[in-house]
Amino acid sequence: MTSLAFSLPLVLKRQDAALMPRFGGKRAPAAMAGDADIVARLRDGDESAFAELIDRYGPTMLRVAQMYVRDRATAEEVVQETWLAVLKGIDRFEGRSSLKTWLFRILTNRAKTRGERDGRILPFSALAGAGDEVDEPSVDPDRFLGPDSPHPGAWAAPPRAWPQDKVLERETLGVIQMAIEELPDAQREVIRLRDVEGWSPMEVADALEITDGNQRVLLHRARSKVRAALEMYLDPDIAGGRA
Amino acid sequence: MRLLTREMACQELVELVTAYFDDSLSRSDRRRFRAHISGCDHCTAYVEQMRLVIEATGRLTEDDIDPHAREELLAAFRGWSEGRAEA
Repeated sequence: MTSLAFSLPLVLKRQDAALMPRFGGKRAPAAMAGDADIVARLRDGDESAFAELIDRYGPTMLRVAQMYVRDRATAEEVVQETWLAVLKGIDRFEGRSSLKTWLFRILTNRAKTRGERDGRILPFSALAGAGDEVDEPSVDPDRFLGPDSPHPGAWAAPPRAWPQDKVLERETLGVIQMAIEELPDAQREVIRLRDVEGWSPMEVADALEITDGNQRVLLHRARSKVRAALEMYLDPDIAGGRA
Repeated sequence: MRLLTREMACQELVELVTAYFDDSLSRSDRRRFRAHISGCDHCTAYVEQMRLVIEATGRLTEDDIDPHAREELLAAFRGWSEGRAEA
């Protein structure tokens, strides 16, 4: 199973990435070129401002759109329409929300409308009812002592300390990437926005039109599954060796 | 020392790690969480694993935008911009 990781098209950030303010807000959300600046340049017809925006948000927009609509071609159309709507509305943008939030609201609304029209079941609709997946434990219950033990709920098969270097190795990152790709749509998108792109909880909730609590539940499930996949890789004797 | 609140079990703690990191636990749960961690090496290791998962996930990056779609959008921008200049 782990051998698959070698064939993944893994793209690593440059070593110095953490030192540079990066568009998209990673590590430095406030260090973005600044909405006011980019909006002014768009209004002036500065093509490089538009190029910055589509490079920064384009791939994410396409992924988010794909959750709502039936295929990639439709998602591409929705993204295209969103950009045109952004240009059309740019004179009315008043900065009450961030440009990013505004943009993703337009996108999500359009994608939802399109998905509904095509009879799709929307990805977050299951959350509204709540409780349907609450029995999805973060850690295999067999890893804990049972109710009859003197310490119910204490670790029976505890986790090990992981060496940081090992976790951050290229090969390990491949395992993480693969685990993320295997997540259900909503969980995958939330962990990408929060942990890969560094969005705040509120930005995620706003863009996907879900509650703060919902985004956290999805994120927690996603992270827990990624952790479990990583443990299977790093400590197979604990994670998978019992059965 | 007697705790007024019920002690947190390891199995409960693993469900609260993300809420703890997001600082969205209630005050009493945060206190129970911290009290548990301070006396439990296993859960300390678990929380550290989760922290490493987040750090490692942060090293992944997204694909670039499709060059063809990018060109189309830039062309649309030029069209929009020219239309505005004329208006």
